[in-house]
Amino acid sequence: MVLVLALGDLHIPHRAPDLPAKFKSMLVPGKIQHIICTGNLCIKEVHDYLKTLCPDLHITRGEYDEETKYPETKTLTIGQFKLGLCHGHQVIPWGDLDSLAMLQRQLDVDILVTGHTHQFTAYKHEGGVVINPGSASGAYSSITYDVNPSFVLMDIDGLRVVVYVYELIDGEVKVDKIDFKKTTAATHSAH
Amino acid sequence: MRSDVIGDEEKWLAEGIAGIQHHAFYMHRALDANNLRDALKFSALMLSELRTSRLSPHKYYDLYMRAFDELRRLEMFFKDESRHGVSIIDLYELVQHAGNILPRLYLLCTVGSVYIKSKEAPAKDVLKDLVEMCRGVQHPIRGLFLRSYLSQVSRDKLPDIGSEYEGDADTVMDAVDFVLQNFTEMNKLWVRMQYQGPGHVREKREKERSELRDLVGKNLHVLSQIEGVELEMYKATVLPRVLEQVINCKDELAQYYLMDCIIQVFPDEYHLQTLETLLAAFPQLQPTVDIKTVLSQLMERLSNYAASSTDVLPEFLQVEAFAKLSSAIGWVIEAQTDMPIVGAISLYVSLLTFTLRVHPDRLDYVDQVLGACVKKLSGETKLEDRRATKQVVALLSAPLEKYDDIVTALTLSNYPRVMDYLDNGTNKVMAMVIIQSIMKNNSCISTADKVEVLFELIKGLIKDLDSTSADELDEEDFADEQNSVARLIHMLYNDDPEEMFKILCTVKKHIMNGGSKRLPFTVPPLILSALKLVRRLQGQDGEVVGEEMPATPKKIFQTLNQIIESLSSVPSPELALRLYLECAEAANDCDLEPVAYEFFTQAFILYEEEVADSKAQVTAIHLIIGTLQRMNVFHVENRDTLTHKATGYSAKLLKKPDQCRAVYACSHLFWVDDQDGVKDGERVLLCLKRALRIANAAQQMASATRGSSGPVTLFVEILNKSVVFDCKFEDSHSKLRVLYDLGLTCELCNRYLYYFEKGNPQITSAAIQGLVDLIKNEMQGDSANANPAPDAFFASTLRYIQFQKQKGGVMGEKYASIKV
Repeated sequence: MVLVLALGDLHIPHRAPDLPAKFKSMLVPGKIQHIICTGNLCIKEVHDYLKTLCPDLHITRGEYDEETKYPETKTLTIGQFKLGLCHGHQVIPWGDLDSLAMLQRQLDVDILVTGHTHQFTAYKHEGGVVINPGSASGAYSSITYDVNPSFVLMDIDGLRVVVYVYELIDGEVKVDKIDFKKTTAATHSAH
Repeated sequence: MRSDVIGDEEKWLAEGIAGIQHHAFYMHRALDANNLRDALKFSALMLSELRTSRLSPHKYYDLYMRAFDELRRLEMFFKDESRHGVSIIDLYELVQHAGNILPRLYLLCTVGSVYIKSKEAPAKDVLKDLVEMCRGVQHPIRGLFLRSYLSQVSRDKLPDIGSEYEGDADTVMDAVDFVLQNFTEMNKLWVRMQYQGPGHVREKREKERSELRDLVGKNLHVLSQIEGVELEMYKATVLPRVLEQVINCKDELAQYYLMDCIIQVFPDEYHLQTLETLLAAFPQLQPTVDIKTVLSQLMERLSNYAASSTDVLPEFLQVEAFAKLSSAIGWVIEAQTDMPIVGAISLYVSLLTFTLRVHPDRLDYVDQVLGACVKKLSGETKLEDRRATKQVVALLSAPLEKYDDIVTALTLSNYPRVMDYLDNGTNKVMAMVIIQSIMKNNSCISTADKVEVLFELIKGLIKDLDSTSADELDEEDFADEQNSVARLIHMLYNDDPEEMFKILCTVKKHIMNGGSKRLPFTVPPLILSALKLVRRLQGQDGEVVGEEMPATPKKIFQTLNQIIESLSSVPSPELALRLYLECAEAANDCDLEPVAYEFFTQAFILYEEEVADSKAQVTAIHLIIGTLQRMNVFHVENRDTLTHKATGYSAKLLKKPDQCRAVYACSHLFWVDDQDGVKDGERVLLCLKRALRIANAAQQMASATRGSSGPVTLFVEILNKSVVFDCKFEDSHSKLRVLYDLGLTCELCNRYLYYFEKGNPQITSAAIQGLVDLIKNEMQGDSANANPAPDAFFASTLRYIQFQKQKGGVMGEKYASIKV
C-alpha cells in the first residue's frame, strides 16, 4: 500500500495567501510516500513546504512557475502503475478529456494527472484514469467559477488504486472515493 | 596575597568549628547529666566562637548554623523543667549572668522563646525585652545574625490573630511592632556595614552586604505571613513604617532591594490599594536607585493580578491605577535624566502590558502610552541602540498580540509615529510582524482608509526607504518580504463593490510608487483580486441603469490595463502576457468585446516584441491559443484576425516539433464543441495538413543530424486528431517514401481521431487509414530508431482504435472500416 498525494495550482501568493488551514492540519509529514504536483506553486516556499511533507516530490511546470527546472511532463512508476504528470496548459482545448486521453496514450500511462482548470475531475478512460486534483488553495480561475480547494490522495495497492478526493466546501472537508482496478499489468509491453 | 586571605579565612573557620564542636561536646555531657550549671557554662563558651570578626558573612553563616543546631538541643533541655529544676522565670534571670554579651543574648533569646511558650509572661513583654536587649550588639555582622536568630526563634510565637499567644494584653499590633523594630534595627546594621573596613575593599564589601540582604528581607516576609496584617493595618502601619525606614536609610543597595522585596512579598491586592503611597516613595529614593526595574516588577505583578480574574478589574478602575502608574513613570523618566533610552522604553513596555491587561477597552490609554514614548524619542532621528530597538519592537508588538487584530492598531495615531523611529531594517521586521499578525488571525482589512493607514505602517516593505541601496539587499529576504505583501493583498476585502474598488485603487497607488523590482510580486495578486471583483459584478450588470456606477467591470479593466502596463518597466513581458490573457477571458465573460480585443492585442504585442526565449515562446503561444479557443465574445472579423495571428506565430516557432504541435493546437480555434458558429472542418484540415508537412520537415532535419527522437510521436499525435488525406498526399506517398517524424505524426494521428469522433466531415476513415499505414511504414523503415516512446504511443493509439471498434454503436460503426 502506497499513498500518493496529488495536488496543484496553488498559485501562492498570486491568487491565495496560503493552503487552507484545514488542509494543512491534515497533511502531516511521514504519512505520504510520494507527492505529485501538477505545477503553479508558485514560490519556492511552497516547494519547501511540500518537501517537508514528503521528500519524494515530483513537479511539472505550470505557466506561472518561475522555476525552470520543472519539466513539462513527467512519468513515474509506482507499484504496478505508470503515472503521467503534466500541468495541462499545453493541452488544448483546456481540460478536454479527449485531448487529455491523447496525452495519456502519448505518455503511455495508466493514470494521468493534470491541472490548470482548478476543477476536480476523475474519469476512467479506456483502461486508465485521468485525474485533475483541482486547486489545493481554491485559487481563482478564468476557466472555473466558484473554485473549492481540493486535492487527491491515491492509495495504490497491487492492481488497485483508490482515489480519495478532499474538497473544502463551506469550511468543511468533504471526502469522495473512486475505485479503479487495472485489468492487467502487461498492457504496456505490446512492443 | 589574595589566596592567603582565603587560606587564612578557611583556617579561622576551621578553628571556629573545632571550638564549637569542642564545647558542644561538654555541653552534651552536661545536658545528659541534667547539669544546668555546666550546660550554661559550656554553651556560653561555644557561643563565644561567634564573637569572631575575622570571617566573611559567608563563612560566618557556616559557623552560625553549627551553633544554631546546638542551641536547638539546649532549648529542648530548657523546656523540660523536670530536668533542671529551675522555673522559667528564674532561668530567664540566670542566663543573664553569662560574662560576654553575645553568648548572653543568644542564651536569652533561647530561654525567651521557651518563656513565651510557657505563657508565664505576656508574649509582648518578653519580645519587647529581647528586641531591646539585642541593641547591645552593634557589630554589623554579629548583630545581624543575632537578630536573625531572634527572628527565627520567635516566628511561631508571635501574638498573631488566631495564634495561641494572642490574648487581652497581646495583640497583633505587638507582633507587628516587634517585627518592625527588629527589621529597622537590622536594616541599620546592614546599612552601616558599608562603613566598616578600609575604602579600597568597598566592592568586595558591597558583594558581602548583598549576600546578607535576605536576613533583612526575611523580616518583611515574616510581616507578610502575619495573619493579622490585613489591608487596613498594612495601609496604616506596616507600609508607612517600612517605607520610612527604606527612605531614611539613604542607601542605594538597601533601597533597591527592599522596594523590590516589598513588591514581591506582599499581596498584589495590597499594592493596588496602596499604590499612591508606594509610588510616592519612589521620588524620595536615592537618585542612583534602579527605579525602572522595580517599577517594571510592580507593573508586571499588577498585570498578572489583573489577568488572574476579571473580578479584580473594578479595583483597578477604582484606584485609577493607570493614571497613577502613568504619572509615576513620567516623573521617573523626567527626574532620572541620565537613564538610558532603553530603560525609558522598557518602562513604557511594562505600562503598555499593564494597560492591555487591565484596560483592554481603553485604546486611548494605549495610544497615550505610545504617545509618551514618541515624546521621549523625539529629538532622536533613528534609534541606534539595539536593545532600545528591541524594546520598541516589543512595545509595538504588544497591541498586535493582545487584539489579534491589526485593525485596532490601525486606529492608534501614535503607532506609525513610534515606528518611524526604528531603523530601516527593524522597520521592515516590524512590518513583517504586522503582516504575519494579519495572516495568522485571518483579519480582513475592509476599508480603503484602513488600507491607507496599513500601507503607511508597512511602507518599509512597499517602497525603498532612502538609505537602502539596491545592492545591499539580500535577494531571498527581499523575495520573502514581497511575497508577504502579496499574501496581504488577499486580506484587503470588502463585500461592497464600491468600497472594494476603492481598496484596489489605494493598493494600486502604493504599489505603483514602489519601484519596478517589487512589481512582479505585487501586481499579480492585485490583478487577481480585481478579477474576483469583476466576477462578482458580472451577475449584477444591468441592474443599476442610469445611475453613476464608479465600479463597473469596464472601469476596472481600464485600471487593470494600466497596472499590467507598468510591468514593462521591470520588464516582465511573460508575466504581463499571462495577466493580459486572464483579463481577456474575464472581459469575454463580461461580454466586453472591445476590451477583450484590446487585451489580446497587448498580449500579441508583447509576444512579438518582448518574448524572445524560444521555450518561453512555446508556452506563451499555447496560452494564447488556449485562451483564444475559449473566447466567444468575438465577431467573425476580430476572431479571424486573432486566429490568423496565432496560427502565424505557431508556424514561426524555432523548433519544428514545437511548430507542429502549436499548429495542430490551432486547429481547435476553428472547431469549438459548444459553439455552433465555430465548426470549420476545412480550416481544421488545413491546420492538420500544415502540421503534417512540418512533421515531415522535422524528420528530414532529424535524419540530417540523427539522434533526435520522437518523429513518430508527432505523426501519431496528428493521427489522433484525424484527418482526410487528399489525393495529392496519397500520390506523393506512393511515389516515394517521404520520411516523416514518427512521433509528431503519431500526435497528429491522434488529432485526426479527435476530429473524426467530433464529426468533422472533412476527416474520414480513409484519411485515418492512410495515416495509420504511413506510420506503420515509417516504423518499418525507421529501424534505426531506438526510441521506444513513439512505438508505445503508436501501440496505445492502435489499441484505442481497436477499443473504439469494439465499442459498437455509432462510434463502432464509424471505426468499422479502419484496419489496424
